[in-house]
Amino acid sequence: MVRFDKVGMRYGPGPEVLRDISFHLEPGSFHFLTGPSGSGKSSLLSLLYLAQQPSRGLVTLFGEDVSAMSRNRRAELRRRIGVVFQDFRLIDHLTALENVALPLRVAGAKAAQVRKDVTELLKWVGLGDKLDATPPTLSGGEQQRVAIARAVIGRPSLLLADEPTGNVDPDIALRLLHLFVELNKIGTTVVIATHDHAMIQRFGRPVLRLEGGRLAAELPLARAV
Amino acid sequence: MARRVDLLPDRDGAARFLPWTIAVMIYLAALAIAGAMALDGALRRFDQGISGTATVQLPGGDAKQLAQALQVLRDTPGVLEARPLDTPELERLIEPWLGKGSLPAGISLPALIDVRLDPRAIPDLRALDQRLGAAVAGAKLDDHQAWLERLRWLGRAGQLIALVVVAAVMLATIALVIVSTRAGLAQHQGVIEILHLIGARDRWIAGQVQGHALSLALRGGLLGLSLAALTLFALWRLGGGVFASVLPSVTLHPAQWGMLVGLAPAGALIAMLTARLTVLGALARRP
Repeated sequence: MVRFDKVGMRYGPGPEVLRDISFHLEPGSFHFLTGPSGSGKSSLLSLLYLAQQPSRGLVTLFGEDVSAMSRNRRAELRRRIGVVFQDFRLIDHLTALENVALPLRVAGAKAAQVRKDVTELLKWVGLGDKLDATPPTLSGGEQQRVAIARAVIGRPSLLLADEPTGNVDPDIALRLLHLFVELNKIGTTVVIATHDHAMIQRFGRPVLRLEGGRLAAELPLARAV
Repeated sequence: MARRVDLLPDRDGAARFLPWTIAVMIYLAALAIAGAMALDGALRRFDQGISGTATVQLPGGDAKQLAQALQVLRDTPGVLEARPLDTPELERLIEPWLGKGSLPAGISLPALIDVRLDPRAIPDLRALDQRLGAAVAGAKLDDHQAWLERLRWLGRAGQLIALVVVAAVMLATIALVIVSTRAGLAQHQGVIEILHLIGARDRWIAGQVQGHALSLALRGGLLGLSLAALTLFALWRLGGGVFASVLPSVTLHPAQWGMLVGLAPAGALIAMLTARLTVLGALARRP
C-alpha cells in the first residue's frame, strides 16, 4: 500500500525536514503517527497525500512510484485517499453538505445519491441540523467533524488524519475514532497523526514515531507509550 | 445538491464586473455590425436604383442637338427609354447648390437626357458615347460608374471598419476574461488547492471555471444585445422621421438579425473557451 525507502524531503532550498525515512504500511493496517511538534509529522502526511514530492529516496503508493506520476494519475490516486487536515481546509462559502459532497462531485457521482449519502453521514457525526451551515458559522469541533466526513465520504483506500480529534470533546473524539476503526475493518489503511497518548493507548495500534525528521522507531503500542 | 454550487462565487473581485464589461463589448460589436449591414443595404439599394441608367449631357442644349442625340439613342439596341429633362427638373437639380430661383438671367443650362437601359442587354456604352460625340459636338455620356465605384468603396470601407471594431472588441473581451480568470484563480488559490487535494483534475476545475465564465458572459451579452436593439430601434424611428432623407434606413433582413442575436452566445463561447484555456495553462504551471 505505502512504501518509503530512504526518503528525504525539504521545502525549497531549506534544510531537510525528513531524513532517511523508510517504512512499509500493509493494506488494511492502522497506524498512529506521533512525535513532538516540528518533528515532521505533517510533512510526512503531505508526502502521503501527494501534496509534496520527496527530495530524495523512493515513495511508492498503491504500487506506483509517486515521482514518476503524471498530474492526472496523481489526481486519480488522491481520490482514493481521504485526508483530515489539522486546519480543516473547508471551503467557507459552501455549506457543510456541499463541502462533504465535494469528493463525490469530483468523482462524478449522481446528485441525488450524493445528497442522500452526505446527509446520512453528517447526521451520524452529529451535524444533522447543520447541513446548510457554512464553516464560519460552525464551532471548531463542528468544522472538524465536517472535515472528517469529507475525508471518509468516498470510502477511501487510505485515510490520513492530522490531529483529527484535537478540537472535539472526548465523547465525540471516541465516536470519530470508532468511525476510523470501522473503515479500517472494511479494508481502509489508516494513519492518524496525534499527540494524544491516551487515545493511542486505548486503541492499541502500532506507532510510527518521528523525532527531528527521522523515524525513531515503528513500535508496538506498549513500548511507544 | 439541487442548486448549482459556484466554487468561485461572482461576488468577488474582477468577476463581478465581467458581465457589465462584456455587455459594453457586445453592445459596441452589435452596433458596428448593424451599422455595416445597414450601410451595405442602403448602398446596395442605391446601386440597384442607379445601375441601368445613364445621363447624356449636351453643352449647347438647343432643340436640334437634342433631337439628334435622341435619334442616336433611340437607334441603339438596349436603350429602353431616352427622356430629356425639362427646365423645372434641371432647376431642381442645381437647387441644392445655387438655391431656388437664383439662376442668373442669360445663363443657359446644358441639356440633359435621362437614359434607361435594358439590364439584360446593356449596350456598349463607350461606342455609344463616341456615336453621340460624332452626332453632337461636346455630347457626353455618363453611366455613373465613377460615382458608383466611390459608393462601393465607401461600403467596403464601412465593412472593414466594422470588422476592425469587432476584432478589437473580441480581443478586448479575451484579454478581459484572461485577467478576470487569473485574478479569480489567485483569489481562490485555497479553494483550488483543496480541490486538487481531494482528487480534482485540472480539467474538472477548468470545467467549473468555464461554466461560471459562460454564465457571466451570457448575462452580459444579453444585456449588451438588448441595449443595442433599443438603440437600433431608436435609430429606425429617427430614420423614419425628419432625417429620412439623409440617414440610410436601418432595416435588416431576418438573417442579419439572427447574426446580431448570435453575438451574445458567440461572445459567451469565446469567454468560456478563454477561461478554460487560461485555467488549464495556469494549473499546468503549478507543481
